[in-house]
Amino acid sequence: MNIRRFILIAVPYAWLLALFLIPFIIVFKISLSDLALSIPPYSPTAKDGISAMFKAFDLENFIFLASDDLYWRAYLSSLKIALISTILAVLVGYPMAYGMARAPEEWRPTLMMLVILPFWTSFLIRVYAWVGILSNEGLLNQFLLWLGIIDAPLTIMNTTTAVYIGIVYTYLPFMILPIYAALDRLDESLIEAAEDLGCSRLKAFWLVTIPLSRNGIIAGCFLVFIPALGEFVIPSLLGGSGTLMIGKVLFEEFFNNRDWPVASAVAVILLLILIVPIVLFQRNQQRQAEVES
Amino acid sequence: MRRASWFNITSLTLGFAFLYLPMVLLVIYSFNSSKLVTVWAGFSTKWYGELLQNDAFLNAALVTLKVAVVSSTLATVLGTMAAYILVRGGRFAGRTLFSGMIYAPLVMPEVITGLSLLLLFIGIGLDRGTLTIVLAHTTFSMCYVSVVVSSRLVTFDRSLEEAALDLGCSPFDAFRLVTLPIIAPAVISGWLLAFTLSLDDLVIASFTTGPSSTTLPIKIWSAVRLGVSPEINALSTIMIGIVTFGVIAASLISKRKAVKAQRDVRAAERAVT
Repeated sequence: MNIRRFILIAVPYAWLLALFLIPFIIVFKISLSDLALSIPPYSPTAKDGISAMFKAFDLENFIFLASDDLYWRAYLSSLKIALISTILAVLVGYPMAYGMARAPEEWRPTLMMLVILPFWTSFLIRVYAWVGILSNEGLLNQFLLWLGIIDAPLTIMNTTTAVYIGIVYTYLPFMILPIYAALDRLDESLIEAAEDLGCSRLKAFWLVTIPLSRNGIIAGCFLVFIPALGEFVIPSLLGGSGTLMIGKVLFEEFFNNRDWPVASAVAVILLLILIVPIVLFQRNQQRQAEVES
Repeated sequence: MRRASWFNITSLTLGFAFLYLPMVLLVIYSFNSSKLVTVWAGFSTKWYGELLQNDAFLNAALVTLKVAVVSSTLATVLGTMAAYILVRGGRFAGRTLFSGMIYAPLVMPEVITGLSLLLLFIGIGLDRGTLTIVLAHTTFSMCYVSVVVSSRLVTFDRSLEEAALDLGCSPFDAFRLVTLPIIAPAVISGWLLAFTLSLDDLVIASFTTGPSSTTLPIKIWSAVRLGVSPEINALSTIMIGIVTFGVIAASLISKRKAVKAQRDVRAAERAVT
């Protein structure tokens, strides 16, 4: 029986160690190596011996990252884009979650399914769908020109605006679901009590509903912000060459410039930046679990 | 209070229009006979015909399906094991590290996961191809499976397992005969989640694939980089159709099961009283 238990633990444990933890250690190691014209394109490799490896390690790549303002701008603009997209997602997602929670009981499973359904469809296709809409001769511009609102097509494609639209669109379900869960649990007699005590509906919403759904909002924000920060597909497809995001820089550094040590250093710093929101998110989830139990 | 106000109806209508309009337009324009994707020139299904003749896409679809089936099955087995350990396993050495490794891939940017796995495969001299994509997909999707399954394991009544053990079941039999049937819906949705994640993945597959095995998302990606193409619209429509059909069918089945379960409970209550 103890052997069974050991196998049960050892198999997934070993799998994750080998294919999750060790790869990270390798990334970390290569970020300290030098670029070399060989395959694999970095030195020293493990073949040179452990002690030679440690002697040759230095922070050169990180110093390079710090001195080249391309990387600074990429990190800052990723943070900015992720932050603004998250705020936009709250503004779009909250009214929807609110509407769902206030909808008649029998509609709610269907509304729920409608929110989840896009999540099951291909992410790439959903982003791609916007290319035909946002481009200069795209459907949005055709529509606006037809309405007579604009005289010349708007340039949305290949701008940061397109990236915002793409991020909000793809991650909206992640924002709606936790907020909906929080609003669904909300005791409505509290709002009625506030209104009986003289609050206007708007004031009751502001003073009761929003604070009580705070945890849902926070969870939703993290669920949008964290993946948006390292996003690659959306800025590459909708943002064009002008949009700088760190996921894209990493991808290009690796595949186009073939500079593995610098790509690894970019990855290490991205990870360090992500640790803060991830830890905060974990804390938020734990606190919520404690409140519920 | 539970009535639909104008504000709520408007926000839901606009919100769902935002979520669905792009996909609806994509589907409509896949039936456009013009090569210019944004100019409507009449109804036609010719792009579907061309798609079926495109061997590169069909091969890529086949590779993707193979990878998805194998990796999601492996991920379901490993993820269920991991969930069982986390919820029922009690204390063991390195438990914190283990649960960290389960949750970390969920928030890890795909570019980092892909990069790190590629560096590993090159480091150990494993040729990149279908096998490496399967290994990569299994690793991140097992974490999703384990989260789905453990949320079910947490809520279910442990005394049922204990009863089976008391009545002489071995722990393995107790798992097979009691636990597994109860968590089966979560295991199935875990498999489905792993399957769609694998079908959908572009970034990790781009890092871990070799020249011999191109998956469908990689193929689509290289096509859409050049702009909108009607063939891709047709392909997207087929994929959207399959998913819509699958999700609606699954929700109808689970609804019918829930109704049946309710009826059984009521029948049992009547029998008792």
